[in-house]
Amino acid sequence: MNKEEMIKKLKVRVTPIGNGTAIDHINPGMGLKIVEVLGMDEKNGAAIALNTESKRMKEKRKDLILMEDRFLTENELNKIKLLARNATVNTIKNYKIEKKEKLDLPKKAEGILKCINPICITNHEELKTKFSIKKEPVKAKCFYCETSMDKEEIKKHIL
Amino acid sequence: MHINLLLMDSKNSLKKTDFSLTDVISIYDFSKKDILAVLKRAEEIDSMTPMQKSKLLENKIVASMFFEPSTRTRLSFETAIQALGGKVIGFAEAGITSAKKGETFSDTIKVMSNYADLLVMRHPLSGTARLAAEVSLKPILNGGDGSNQHPTQTLLDLYTIKKFVGKLDNLKIGFVGDLKYGRTVHSLATALTHFNATQYYISPESLKMPKHITEEVQEKSKVYETEDIEKFIPEVDVLYMTRIQKERFPDEIEYNKVKNAYILTKAMLVNAKKEMKVMHPLPRVNEISTDVDDTPHAIYFQQTAAGIPVREALLDLLSKVKK
Repeated sequence: MNKEEMIKKLKVRVTPIGNGTAIDHINPGMGLKIVEVLGMDEKNGAAIALNTESKRMKEKRKDLILMEDRFLTENELNKIKLLARNATVNTIKNYKIEKKEKLDLPKKAEGILKCINPICITNHEELKTKFSIKKEPVKAKCFYCETSMDKEEIKKHIL
Repeated sequence: MHINLLLMDSKNSLKKTDFSLTDVISIYDFSKKDILAVLKRAEEIDSMTPMQKSKLLENKIVASMFFEPSTRTRLSFETAIQALGGKVIGFAEAGITSAKKGETFSDTIKVMSNYADLLVMRHPLSGTARLAAEVSLKPILNGGDGSNQHPTQTLLDLYTIKKFVGKLDNLKIGFVGDLKYGRTVHSLATALTHFNATQYYISPESLKMPKHITEEVQEKSKVYETEDIEKFIPEVDVLYMTRIQKERFPDEIEYNKVKNAYILTKAMLVNAKKEMKVMHPLPRVNEISTDVDDTPHAIYFQQTAAGIPVREALLDLLSKVKK
């Protein structure tokens, strides 16, 4: 099999879905983390492509997730916004893209992040956490204890 | 949340202040106007007779809730409350509260805010003051939440500088010692960005000012960093000393290397400006040699005394707030 045939075969693996969600243009390396955060359910199929070629992405590489019969809640969408700020979320119904949303970093994150500070009150009492989000560089600052987390720390502290 | 307050001054005429906060939680909440309003009120109260002062919190009940022991801060707050004629209820350690029975912090605050007109609190966990402000029906005055904020310390530092150096604008200030962990230093450095201060960070490499603070300050002010304590002494208007704590070092050798390098002695002040002032949040161990105490530069004992008028001003301003 030559290279082109191989690529063709590989591309076939990612088959289009009739109903569900496609998360495209995920920064390479973040795909598995998103799968972990969303949690895949046993009944529905999913395809994950890691580090595939992308013309649009700055890195020329991207991760891609296709989930059959699975639609994202607002809470899940907010978590993905924190992890993959450049991703596109396509909601597919009857083989048609019903909604296409290009994600951006939110200004606030409520109830989706755990504070990194072990002596923060949110880690001791049942409370909805609140963070304000800053871009360039990405930082999440706890509303209560004022501790900031950087991009890597945010990734590790998604609830 | 931002309101203007009408205050009764000593001549009983109504006047407007620029204090806009409903709680005192974090120095980051203070605008320059808010800071100046507190300092002005502190000056006014400081010049009142005991009789005039004792009317300010008349018929008010203030809860002094110290979930963590802190004699100095608690007593200075309670002195201020008493001097203003208020009544104090509260506790000096969490062991005697319902927290021990498993009551949440939020519930304790809700209950106490039904009893008192104003709540002063200190807690070992960070973020508790902000949470208290969210759930309390009455204003909250933060006396320290974990390793996070201690806004009254910063305000008393600013009050001391204004009183003894005579200005807050365009100040040249050197921070010496443990700039990495010192909460006091972080808050003061940030607050001084409202006043165009030039800041000199003098510390061993391992105890340097955290990068995020330096960057934040640099957006508005000039910053110089050095390891040499003597380098900027002739330049500065204020030298703010801090304690280098042994427990911050991974081993004793590291500690011994730096501990004696940041001791201020009288001899080092020979080239200092005549009006230069030395400050320290206290307690000190050995970082300011006692021979500095008798020089006109030393104002660290007056600095602690400033805690009273500043806390009185905050109590007075907050007692007039409707949440």
